Amino acid sequence: MTTVPADVVEFRGAAPWRRALRLHGWTIAVWLVLLAMVPYWRSLSQQDFKFDVQALAIDAMPLCFAAMAQAVVVISGGIDLSIGSLMAVINVLSAREMVDMSFRQALAFSLLLILLAALASGFTGLIITLTRIPDIVVTLGMLFVWQGVALWIMEIPGGGVPLDFSNLALGNVGSTSIPNAAAVVLVAWLVLWLPIRWLRPGLAIYAVGSSRNSAYLSGIGVTRTRVGAYLLAGCFTGLGGLALSASSGIGDPNSGTTYTLNSVAAVVLGGVSLLGGVGGLIGVIAAAYVLTMSKIVLLLRGTDPNYANVYQGVLIILVVVVGGLLTRKTRT
Amino acid sequence: MSDEAAPLLEARGVAKHYGPVVALRSADLSIAAGEVHALLGANGAGKSTLVKCLTGVIRPDAGTVSLGGRPTRARSPMHSARRGLSPVFQDPALVPDLTVAQNLRLTGSSIDKVRSQLAAMNLKVGFGELVGDLPLPILRMLDLARALTYDPQLLILDEITAALPSDLAARVFDVMEQRRDAGRSVLFITHRLAEVIASCDRATILRDGRHVGTMVPREGGEAQIVEIMLGPEAAHAEAKASERAEAELPAAEGQAPATKADDVLEVEDIHVGAVQGISFALRRGEVLGLAALEGQGQDELFEALAGQRKLESGELRVAGKAFRPRHPYDAVRRKVVLVPPDRLLALLPQRSVRENVAAPRYNSPLRWGPINMREEGRSVRRAVDALGIDMRASRQVRRLSGGNQQKVTIARWLAFGFAALLCNDPTRGIDVGTKRQVYALIRELATDGGAILFFSSELAEFPLVCDRVLAIYGGRVTAEFAGAAADEATLLRAMHGLELDEEAVA
Amino acid sequence: MTAAPETLERENRLQALQRFLVDNPVVVLVGVLVLLFVLTDLVNRHEAGEPFVTWNQLSTTFLVAAPLGMIAAGQTLVMLTGGVDLSVALTATAAAFATAWQGGNGTAQGIVAGLAVGLGIGLVNGIGVGVFRVNPLIMTLGTSSVTFGLLSIYAGRAFEKVVPNLVETLGSDRFFDYLPANLILWAVLAAILILGLRYTGYGRMLYAVGDNAVAARLAGVRVWQVLVVAYALCGLFSAFGGLLLVGFTNNPDLGLATPYLLQSVAAVVIGGTSIFGGWGSYSGTIVGVLILTVLGSLLTLLDAMEWQRQVIYGSIIIVLTAIYARVSAPE
Repeated sequence: MTTVPADVVEFRGAAPWRRALRLHGWTIAVWLVLLAMVPYWRSLSQQDFKFDVQALAIDAMPLCFAAMAQAVVVISGGIDLSIGSLMAVINVLSAREMVDMSFRQALAFSLLLILLAALASGFTGLIITLTRIPDIVVTLGMLFVWQGVALWIMEIPGGGVPLDFSNLALGNVGSTSIPNAAAVVLVAWLVLWLPIRWLRPGLAIYAVGSSRNSAYLSGIGVTRTRVGAYLLAGCFTGLGGLALSASSGIGDPNSGTTYTLNSVAAVVLGGVSLLGGVGGLIGVIAAAYVLTMSKIVLLLRGTDPNYANVYQGVLIILVVVVGGLLTRKTRT
Repeated sequence: MSDEAAPLLEARGVAKHYGPVVALRSADLSIAAGEVHALLGANGAGKSTLVKCLTGVIRPDAGTVSLGGRPTRARSPMHSARRGLSPVFQDPALVPDLTVAQNLRLTGSSIDKVRSQLAAMNLKVGFGELVGDLPLPILRMLDLARALTYDPQLLILDEITAALPSDLAARVFDVMEQRRDAGRSVLFITHRLAEVIASCDRATILRDGRHVGTMVPREGGEAQIVEIMLGPEAAHAEAKASERAEAELPAAEGQAPATKADDVLEVEDIHVGAVQGISFALRRGEVLGLAALEGQGQDELFEALAGQRKLESGELRVAGKAFRPRHPYDAVRRKVVLVPPDRLLALLPQRSVRENVAAPRYNSPLRWGPINMREEGRSVRRAVDALGIDMRASRQVRRLSGGNQQKVTIARWLAFGFAALLCNDPTRGIDVGTKRQVYALIRELATDGGAILFFSSELAEFPLVCDRVLAIYGGRVTAEFAGAAADEATLLRAMHGLELDEEAVA
Repeated sequence: MTAAPETLERENRLQALQRFLVDNPVVVLVGVLVLLFVLTDLVNRHEAGEPFVTWNQLSTTFLVAAPLGMIAAGQTLVMLTGGVDLSVALTATAAAFATAWQGGNGTAQGIVAGLAVGLGIGLVNGIGVGVFRVNPLIMTLGTSSVTFGLLSIYAGRAFEKVVPNLVETLGSDRFFDYLPANLILWAVLAAILILGLRYTGYGRMLYAVGDNAVAARLAGVRVWQVLVVAYALCGLFSAFGGLLLVGFTNNPDLGLATPYLLQSVAAVVIGGTSIFGGWGSYSGTIVGVLILTVLGSLLTLLDAMEWQRQVIYGSIIIVLTAIYARVSAPE
């Protein structure tokens, strides 16, 4: 009765390079910004390059992990305000327990703590998915719960970590000028994120963040995926807490407070859409370095450290405004 | 009732309720191998719920489903797909921020197979495209192609044609036929009865969550379907309503010849999006129909008139004065108001009917002061009465039925008052009974001196409702007809831009 | 086949009751508040040997609750639009500083300076969220970061801090022994807010924008206008809260209002306002504020440590939202 209309209906979208630019343009831009900042940063510093790079990497390491944790959650369509305080919990717990440990024991204990952080974060994810309360409310609640727990573990700053453990953050890789602090971030990305990213679990995280309904209809276990994202984020958070311990050498129950806001800032600056489903971790790592470097530049210029708060606040808002305007243009 | 072979799919007494709301009371459905079966029913009759129960999107509370004679229970959409039950849902099951290829990888579909299915339908889509960049009709076709790669025993199409232009819809019907020839079955859900009569072997009709009849549509025809769908009394009442609607047509045509002074809204050579230069005048007391395939510029036209989209060029005039809306506020102030195709775009779901209807009154900061509650109550009540909105669950609009919700979106402008009412597919997805009420209302509004611009995806509505009809193709007006002359065949030809009548407007 | 008529009727009545309670969570909340009072009273009798529910204690409860009531008022408005304002605590602190800074030049000037600072921060938030469509979370975190930086710079510089007498009276005095001055201010603002939300055009638009911004726009509402006003009012209410606080402590410091950020969100959430916007009321928030205050007294009585308070407040937010989500689940 009916026949297929003979004319071929073809959908032709944007040219491939345009599409690639739209998908990866932001990430490239953040790396370019980072590179562009280097000469200015160098021009202010009196120290040699190797030392500066090392200081930068050490300073940026906890934020890198916090931002990676935040990025995974945001990509899956959520937001986690409790990352900073969970980092503090891991920080004080490691500093309290590791004081008298050998390096090997400390390493083993670190794995345990990463697992613990993953479980804690997964628990948050479980509450979110089971009760169907928005992420922001649950994680706001957990922010205070973890802060309380950190205070309970350690009321005032103290404790310590083995010297060799500190060196994981402070040293360099062998005799090269690659700082350990950067290498650890790279390894974590290689081990924890890269294998997942392009396989079904990773695609599922993007799918769930992009459209929960479509993901479900595509046969994705939405609950499973969202909890999984929180679990993975917990691993990064745990690493962030350990990074705090290794780089500062002590535990401080208030050490995590700045990381919640800064991780959100790094995620936005790194090109991850707060609506979920868009972006990647490479850009976010660059963004964490940009934020850290801008703080260092301010310090080097002798600016009142309080102004750093002002600049950072303004910077974050500007990034979001500009990013919002750009994405609105490209996505009609 | 005595099928010689066991049916492919047999559902008995399937029921589902959400809290106190019963979505499905007791639905029976029996589909034979190698048949195209239609599932029909008014809005809220439980069609979509039944499909979701069959495919494992939701779990039924009661009832049995057996596939090929064996009782089964679907656990998830993918699980049922593996057992030969492939659904194409109303919402596309494709993730917008992933590419087409990534989406296929997500569901474990074979890219080559999908490509060859698309080729068989004469469609070409780049698999590197982001799904979010693809237009909705293409997504539905992709969804269909993916479902076909599983070579399902039963293909379920939930209102797939609702968003398709007719050339793509034709390909869907073709697929349905091929499935039948291959001995496979199709369950086809639609609101368009003509499609059912043309291409379905049998039809099952649901009413209030119950199975009320199975019939052969080719024999029974539209009349029988409507009768079963509405129940005997309602069908009678509805026939009267349609008589009334028709009876008003001559009155509208019998008006004095239109003069320039009657032009409420003048559109002059506008360009916006797909619109490539459209001109017309909407007069007092008329319903002007716009007939077009999907994506011919009508959506942009409505959006531009309602101030949601900036004109690229051209001129608009309201009551003879220049009109350049840059925000819906500007349009509403000049009383050019829009009823959008999706009622979720217009409703405040958690607020009361009263607040929904009264909302436009306070859109300017100048009117943010205290409310004259008595005056507001009176105006809302008038509009609610005029439309016969069921106020039993009026505390929150989301508790109303779909038809009542649609009435609320119209009641708002009735209460506010309008010069030109822009109805973009006001009857999409509502049941036949409410549809008839909407037609009657639109006619009445026009008789009272309103000017109404009317688009519908259902061609049969045009002669019922409109005084004049403009056909739009490729962003241009291709023909103009008198309402009564706008039968489906004529419209279809004009909508495809096939035949440029001499009477086409310049 | 069907249930007997009586059981059906009873079910219907139960359903009606359930719906009534879901639509009016204040009824349940007042019950919870009364229970909490009774519990605290019992604990107090046990620990200190005297009742907690006395005129004096009730008066103190309101005195302590009023600043939170103010700040939570602003938070309610913003959360009704579907946003959240994480800058309320620092806005209150900044307003307190501004008042103490200008207080030496006259009472009126001090108060105006404080309120202006609050309004200013609120306007910035509103313009960011409404006009530039920045995510409210980020916008308000950003402004609080800026506010904190500026405050710590100026607070470090020596200047004479004078809290005007009127502000002090408002913040800490009681009339007729039991009537806290700040309760009067609170009651007036609460009445304006409750009536305003229900019976003014702006109130309608606030709910409309929070419920469905797209629909509101289609009805001709310029959404940014509604948002700017909501955030500006939130800044203003926070400033009022800051004034009451500094009137109470008589000494502005950087941590003046810090605990009120979480508590304001908690009070609004407890009060039954939807985190997605479009549904809720200030009367609910008021009861939420009182519940939090009595709970605070109870925890003090029990010698709770800081960490225990944090854990408890955090859990309350989660558990209560879970309960609300359950009872008002989509039908």
